Amino acid sequence: MTPLNIPSTSLLSWLLPRDASAHGPALDQHVYLNLWIALALLASAHLIGILGLFLQRKSGGKPHSQGLVEYLPLAAVTLLFLFLTLRAERLWAATRYTGPDLSALQVEATGMQFAWYFRYPGPDAAFGQTRPGLIAPGEGNPLGLDPADPRGSDDFVTSELVLPADREVDLRLHAQDVIHGFAVPALRLKQNAVPNSGHGQDIHIHFTPTVPGTYAILCTQLCGLGHFRMTANLRILPTAAFATWRADHERASTP
Amino acid sequence: MTPATSLQHRPGVRSLFTTDHRVLGIRYLLLSLAAVAAGTLMSLAMRIHLVWPDRVFPFFGPVKPEDYLALVTLHGTLMLFFVMTLAPQAGFGSLILPLQIGARRMAFPLLNALGFWLYLLAFLVLLSSSFVAGGAAISGWTAYPPLSAIAAAGPGQGLGMDLWLFSILLFGLASILTAMNLLATIVAYRCPGMTWERLPLTVWAWFTAAILTIIAFSVLLAAIILLYLDRHSGTSFFLPLGDLVNGTLHTSGNGSPLLWLHLFWFFGHPEVYIAILPGMGLTSMLLGNFARRKIFGYRVMIATTLLIGFLGILVWGHHMFVAGLNPFAGTAFSISTMAIALPSAAKVFSWLATIWRARPAYTTPMLFALGFVSLFITGGLSGPILAQPILDQYLNNTYFVVAHFHLIMAMAGIFGLFAATYYWFPLLCGRLMNESLGRWHFWLTFVSAYMTFLPMHLAGLEGAPRHYAQFDGLHNAAAVLLAPTLLLQRHITYAAFLLAASQSLFLINLAVSLRRGILAPENPWAATTLEWGPSEVQDSASGEHFQVHRGPCHYFHSPHAEGFLPQWAQESNPE
Repeated sequence: MTPLNIPSTSLLSWLLPRDASAHGPALDQHVYLNLWIALALLASAHLIGILGLFLQRKSGGKPHSQGLVEYLPLAAVTLLFLFLTLRAERLWAATRYTGPDLSALQVEATGMQFAWYFRYPGPDAAFGQTRPGLIAPGEGNPLGLDPADPRGSDDFVTSELVLPADREVDLRLHAQDVIHGFAVPALRLKQNAVPNSGHGQDIHIHFTPTVPGTYAILCTQLCGLGHFRMTANLRILPTAAFATWRADHERASTP
Repeated sequence: MTPATSLQHRPGVRSLFTTDHRVLGIRYLLLSLAAVAAGTLMSLAMRIHLVWPDRVFPFFGPVKPEDYLALVTLHGTLMLFFVMTLAPQAGFGSLILPLQIGARRMAFPLLNALGFWLYLLAFLVLLSSSFVAGGAAISGWTAYPPLSAIAAAGPGQGLGMDLWLFSILLFGLASILTAMNLLATIVAYRCPGMTWERLPLTVWAWFTAAILTIIAFSVLLAAIILLYLDRHSGTSFFLPLGDLVNGTLHTSGNGSPLLWLHLFWFFGHPEVYIAILPGMGLTSMLLGNFARRKIFGYRVMIATTLLIGFLGILVWGHHMFVAGLNPFAGTAFSISTMAIALPSAAKVFSWLATIWRARPAYTTPMLFALGFVSLFITGGLSGPILAQPILDQYLNNTYFVVAHFHLIMAMAGIFGLFAATYYWFPLLCGRLMNESLGRWHFWLTFVSAYMTFLPMHLAGLEGAPRHYAQFDGLHNAAAVLLAPTLLLQRHITYAAFLLAASQSLFLINLAVSLRRGILAPENPWAATTLEWGPSEVQDSASGEHFQVHRGPCHYFHSPHAEGFLPQWAQESNPE
């Protein structure tokens, strides 16, 4: 993507929260470009309208040429929106058309009224089977992990999402009850989690966190009375700190 | 004998069940007025709760999160269905459309009357849902399953949700009746000489909206019946296998929640065009009327109205960019959505060209028409931004979206309704509405509407999600992220109060002008369309002596005077 030199950092950059993802800067640039274009069109339409209202009345005479007044600006607007569409599609395709790299870190996010749980596959890099009938948050099994499945014996579940900086993440999204919206504004990321468990229809998104820090995870699809408090923390750690964190959890969960 | 005079001789019970299109039109509008009053008060309650979540409401008590969401659902349902669909289409449609095409009545007067009683019943059923156990539904006007499919999913999702579904079922039926009636009237009841090209743009807008209504509401009715079956008959259209809601495990079948999203938005997107098209048509006509010239590019205006309607059925997927759609579908729906910007832009160019160097008469209806253009531009320009999936990946379900649809649909739509009321008021009671009150009403509404909805863009860009019952008292990093938006939210609440308070000027104006307004002269706005024709024209409208001779907005300017030739006048242009 050719970088456009948009004066974003100076005037509008306070609008968006700090960005912490690899695809974020290009997306932000595109937001700013769109905002500037919309503002310019807004201002010029209003200026033309107000000017037209204030100028001396012109009655009779030659009517405006439709080509000049309607078709020419229409052609310009068409080109402008075509440009924006293509630019947006390239960004969309870059993150959504292809799957994650094979070396991406596997994590699963599960939404339920009104909490997020995150599951890591452990050293075997494979998630164990879950069964809705086994779900028992009070007994420490909020996801319904099947103890009979050996792949699940090393899985560990957390209530905060901890990710390493600068490594691609393949996030599997899953919902237990109703539709939830997984959103991390700092990662410029939003994707609904739809309940259709165990049928291979879980939704995957992939992204690369970049800047270590603590960020908000929100639910952005109306999911019931506790929707507003269905938040969690995303902690992005430097590579070494993440390795330590993961080793601690894997050790704790290994039978 | 005109329908209006015959009405006065009828006994009470029979007049209650009148089929007269004027009386029914006024009843639709009164029903909308009740709905908009209720919907506005609800939005104020929401705004108060958002900023001061601990505030205890008199006669109610503290507002719980589920109460906030019930308000969200009712506000959206009332405003979109009972105001923005009912008033422009059924209300002003019944009232004005037959007059504008030289018909004496609607094609199916009985259906018109039946429609009113269905709308009224739907309204009462919706309001009654607040008073049942659990309260009104909390799943918003979009009612996504499984939240809407399982009673255990939350308070209000039991009987409250059933009543919501029943209300929308009745409303949908009534809307289809209204639309069939409008279509049949336009197709079959135009007076001699009223060719398609001479139809006022308002009629073209009603025509397009009526086609959309029949297509869209049919699908909604089907979806509502399927959802009802899921709730009560053990089917699984929208319920996936193994869905566990609040201890209730769904084991009987495997459906897809996304199916509801497809069906709902196939209805939902055309629905917003149904709401706004009549306002676009009226705005065009008013700009021509008060600029005293032909509307620029009349044929293009007709074509863009039809094109917006057609494209409107092809864009529903832009509500689902992040809902789990195939990413290629996101691209396809992005392109069809961007395409709508073009006929919309063509309309704006035409409006600007119509008022360019026109020195129009700034009557209250004209002010509201100009306000419509401004709000349509401002609200419309955020449309292409949201139509880009990569940007929706950030902005979806934030206040940016709330700002977008409130400006372009709610505010522009309501400006269309205000323009219609001020403009056609003399037809209803022979008096003009007060102009200085009208001007105050316009400016206060215009400024406070922008003050309310512009800042929502900023809150959305900062990441604030909609449907949150409160923004303070949150935990985690979310509290840090959303804290800066609290100041904006407070400002929005104050502005919303100003916006609502400004409407008292409108109500006062209505009440005062109804009895003491200046008696309207014949054709007070120097209009060219048939509804302003002298009473002989109205009486003989479908008789053989009456004919339409030209298209609307025929104004001429000789060196000595300016004049106009209405559609019904026989003489030819003296120029």
